[in-house]
Amino acid sequence: MADRKLIDARGSFCPGPLMELIAAMKMVPVGDELEVLSSDRGSASEIPQWLKKAGHEHLGTSEEGGVWHIRVRRAR
Amino acid sequence: MDSTKLGIVCVSDAREPLQMAAMIASVAAVSGRPVLVLVAMNALRHFVREARPRAPAQGRAGEILEEKHVTDFQALFAHAIELGGARIHPCSMAMDVLGLARDDLDANLGEPMGLMQFLDEAAGGQLLSF
Repeated sequence: MADRKLIDARGSFCPGPLMELIAAMKMVPVGDELEVLSSDRGSASEIPQWLKKAGHEHLGTSEEGGVWHIRVRRAR
Repeated sequence: MDSTKLGIVCVSDAREPLQMAAMIASVAAVSGRPVLVLVAMNALRHFVREARPRAPAQGRAGEILEEKHVTDFQALFAHAIELGGARIHPCSMAMDVLGLARDDLDANLGEPMGLMQFLDEAAGGQLLSF
């Protein structure tokens, strides 16, 4: 199973969490999983839309106490 | 992916419009759209290396952006360049008016650009101004 890199973007506003995810994605090999923690509600919907456009996998999103956990896999 | 070109002209020196311009530039660029930004008029003053002014908030939203220390527009424009390949150019006319040389400006800006070149490169795409 691939390691899952954690990106703590809590406190960052849109499009900050997306930018942090993209910067992190460039640093990991194809196939690796990443998880973004975001307190920004908009990013919880924006990030999956970007993943779809960019051809990466959205593994799922969950919310706990106002923090969204967005799990992704770099696919290309 | 949508590959429609996006041209953005920034003229305001206020936080709200520049924040919105930078948000759009960064998201469009990382979504694969060619983004070309022309920084003109008072907006250019925010890209001077040694004498960067404080951006007036303009409205309540701009004040809240400051209070909450939201990532500023310069950082978002830098993301647009570094992560999405956006091109951001200073307006040559604004440089003349403000008495600025290329070396006075942030290193991540492209070469000075005139309106003829900007309009040529932005032709056929969407154009937004802030």
